[in-house]
Amino acid sequence: MKPCPEEIVQYMHDYLDGEITRRDEQILSEHLEKCQACQKHMDQLSRSVAFLKSASHIEAPEGFSDRIMASLPKERQGAGVRRWFGRHPMLAAVAMFVLLAGLALFSNFNTSDQQLAVSTQPNLVVEGNKVIVPEGEKVEGDLFVRNGELHIEGEVEGDVTVINGSKYMASTAVVTGKIEEIDRAFEWLWYTIKSGVKEGLSVFEGPDPDDEEK
Amino acid sequence: MEDIVKKRIKQVLKGDQSAFEEIVSLYQNRLYQVCYRMLGNRHEAEDIAQEAFIRAYINLHTFDQKRKFSTWLYRIATNLCIDRIRKKKPDTFLDAPVPGTDGLDHYSSLAHDSPLPEEEVEKMEQQERVQYEISRLPDKYRSAIVLRYIEELPLQEISEILELPLGTVKTRIHRGREALRKQMKKL
Ligand SMILES: [Zn+2]
Repeated sequence: MKPCPEEIVQYMHDYLDGEITRRDEQILSEHLEKCQACQKHMDQLSRSVAFLKSASHIEAPEGFSDRIMASLPKERQGAGVRRWFGRHPMLAAVAMFVLLAGLALFSNFNTSDQQLAVSTQPNLVVEGNKVIVPEGEKVEGDLFVRNGELHIEGEVEGDVTVINGSKYMASTAVVTGKIEEIDRAFEWLWYTIKSGVKEGLSVFEGPDPDDEEK
Repeated sequence: MEDIVKKRIKQVLKGDQSAFEEIVSLYQNRLYQVCYRMLGNRHEAEDIAQEAFIRAYINLHTFDQKRKFSTWLYRIATNLCIDRIRKKKPDTFLDAPVPGTDGLDHYSSLAHDSPLPEEEVEKMEQQERVQYEISRLPDKYRSAIVLRYIEELPLQEISEILELPLGTVKTRIHRGREALRKQMKKL
């Protein structure tokens, strides 16, 4: 008996995918009519598929969504601030004025300072002004990038803050903490003040302020 | 449905955490089912599906709202499942059956390259057998097969979930079907 044409098995799969051309289907059915071995092959494939489809529908266990809702991290800080400003536009304007007036006081914020600054973690890769968290790598601790482009392909176990820069997250990216992007002078000031206040408070409250967020 | 979901996503992004609950209830069964079929263990499935929702919540701002949300969510879940399968591989033999899980977990936590004796397979109930055969599929084919035949998703969507070219997805499904055929020749 001469061997079966190689493409027959491929046609079987095209057929099962519902993507077979009329011509190929014709060739397949003609071949199956005269070849028992391929008929059996096709039959076994169809049965395997039917067998899979017989799998019963499975539902999430009782209380599943409640457990998820209970284990979500507390609301994002940035969202809270934005909401507060949204509700108090007048106060926001005043705060803006005060902050802008205070701009001169901050010597560490200088727009001409375009140098890349990045927190030091062992598995970060820096190329020019690009900072990369490589795929498959895990960066522990908070990540801080200023005047640079951050590419996250791996995992960051902590918060991510990007100042005057951009951020790119690959689909493999995982960030366990908060992500903040600060672009304008105003927000940068706000951030500085906020962290300052937080640090100041933590002196009185004792433990690391991050702990109480969780 | 995608419209409601997008509305809820916007609310969550504005800081309304409670809007996430509807998202969870809309997708929980599908996500749990994928995890269960991939991992073959109810306890682990719950663990991973929960983790997937939490990661989706944390990274919600990275979701491109022009895309389909379920694709993104499935992607998070399948990635977590694949990670879990890889991590637990060396000590699968140490897994003891979990009491009160109707015996399904016992077979399915075994590695696919250690088939059970034929008599035992023949004694299995139909549903038990389905899970057993899925768990014997090589990981690479398992995710594609589960998305195709358990979730009944189109090939194009599977390609987006697994971030693989359409041709690769087809090949994996073809090989998965062939593997299954060989596993069950005597059915
Ligand atoms: Zn033939």
